[in-house]
Formats: sequence, C-alpha cells, structure tokens
Amino acid sequence: MSKLTKTALITGGSRGIGRACAVRLAKSGYQVYVTYVSSPEPALETCKMVEQSGGKASAFALDIGDYQAIVDFFKEKIKDQVFLDVLVNNAGQTKDGLLVRMSQEQWQQIINVNLNGSFFCLQQAAKIMMRQKTGRIINISSVTAQSGNPGQANYTAAKAGLIGLTKTAAQELAPRNITVNAVAPGFIETDMTASLNDEVKEKYQSMIPLKRFGSAEDIAETVAFLASPEASYITGQVLSINGGMYM
Amino acid sequence: MSVDQKVKEIVVEQLGISADEVKSDSKFVEDLGADSLDLTELIMAMEEEFDIEIDDEKAQEILTVQAAIDYVNANQ
Repeated sequence: MSKLTKTALITGGSRGIGRACAVRLAKSGYQVYVTYVSSPEPALETCKMVEQSGGKASAFALDIGDYQAIVDFFKEKIKDQVFLDVLVNNAGQTKDGLLVRMSQEQWQQIINVNLNGSFFCLQQAAKIMMRQKTGRIINISSVTAQSGNPGQANYTAAKAGLIGLTKTAAQELAPRNITVNAVAPGFIETDMTASLNDEVKEKYQSMIPLKRFGSAEDIAETVAFLASPEASYITGQVLSINGGMYM
Repeated sequence: MSVDQKVKEIVVEQLGISADEVKSDSKFVEDLGADSLDLTELIMAMEEEFDIEIDDEKAQEILTVQAAIDYVNANQ
C-alpha cells in the first residue's frame, strides 16, 4: 500500500473552489486527481496550473450524478492504483427557483448531484480508506445550508444534507482513523456567483462583517488544513469560511 | 487454495491476528475481538474475494468462521 502515490481526489476540478483546492493540495505534496463533467479543457487547465507549480495532476471525466460511473471510476482509477489520502467532495450545481415554481426535475437533479453524488463518492472512498486505516474526507457544503436562501430550496437542502452526512460518516469512520469534515463557504467569487447582478452582490456584501467576498483560495487553505496532520483531531465539524456572514 | 483456507486468510488479514488464533468455531466478536466495522469489512472482503453478494440480513447471521465458510460454499 505505502508504495502507492499519496493522492487527493477532488470532484469538480474545472474551476472555482475545486481548482483552488487542487492547486493548494498539490502544494501540500499530494498527487491531485480532479474530475470534470462536460468539457475536459478547464480541468486540463487546472492540471497545468498544478504542474506549473511543480505538482502532479490528472483529470478524469466523471458524472457525479451517475452512480454506476462513480463505482466504475473508483474501481478502475483509485482502488489499488493510488493511496487515497484525501477526498474533497466539491462537485456541485445550482438550478435556482422559488420553491412554488420549482419543477420535480429541478429539485431532483440538484439533490442527485450535490447530495447523492457526494454520498456515493464518500462511500466508495470510505471502503478504500478503511483498508488503509487512514484518510480525510472533506465535504464542501455552503453557508446557505446553515442560513437558508430564497430561491435555493434544492441546493440548500442538498448542502444541509451534506452536513448531516458529515457527522454520521465522522462517527462511523472514526475507528479507522478517517476524519470527515465539512467546509461551509460563504459568498465566494466564482463562476457560480459571478452571474448574480450587482444589486444582489451589494446586498450580500452589506451582510458580511468583513465587507468583502471570499476567494476560492480562502476555501482551499481551509481544505488543506483539514487534510493536514495538524488537523488530525478534528472530525465531524463544519468550518464556516464566510467573513462572518453567518455565525 | 480451499474456501476454508481462503476465508481464514481473510479473517487473519482483516482482524490483524495470527493464523493460529483462527479456529473454525471461532466467534468473530467474542473470540477474535471484532467490532461492527471489522465485521462489515470482513463481509466486504469476502464479497470481493469470492465474487458474491451477501445482503445485510444474511451478514448478521455470519457470526463464526465456520458460518462464513458455509455461506461461501453454499453461494459460490
């Protein structure tokens, strides 16, 4: 086992928080695996960024909403191929709408990708990490899971589900020296938030005591900390990185 | 290698105990010190090794090394 390369797997590594986590975890010395769902180019760009700073990275196509695809991916690319030190469940999607107008498909798709997909990745990773007798799982939740957010019934429910999952997984996997934590980013400047209009952005900014939006790197630093030996006694926690937006 | 030997080998590996501790009538929990995660891992390892599926209800009945061997023999 110890001959295998220490690896951090980050789902959704094409941009934003996933990309920043890939770059940061590579600096911590991990080989980095990122997944992407549609076009490979942005994920390959992430790999290039990692390689430019002296790291090792690979990108894999994986639809996180597809159970069988997840099972096959772990079987073919992870199990007995690498030493899976870290899983960052980051892949996520939004499809906003007020709840009375939300379609069944809109609800189910977001629950499927953000919650079901994260669970199945966690499940596959846990099987491998149990054998290794070590591992770190970090679920990317959201401040909106804690505070609620109009227009995001599907997304907030999924992200709040991740918090419950984090705590149960932390308890079940603790005997195998696997820690499971969640990170709850506040308003972070990424593609996901870029589409909001200025008025909404100003409204959010006024709610943030630190009076600025966070960066993907802010989240990546916290993820790297939770993956580090210094965080070995932290499990089942939700770390909020939100400029004080929600306390 | 026989099913008997293979199951015992899995038990030794999963529970981190020596081969001479594993008797056919050994109970996983009482005699071999397995906890619930150990049992789950044993079941998973057997599923993989023998390419079978053991559902949770059946798994709960597999309490001894012999029960595991019998299950594999009956379902392979």
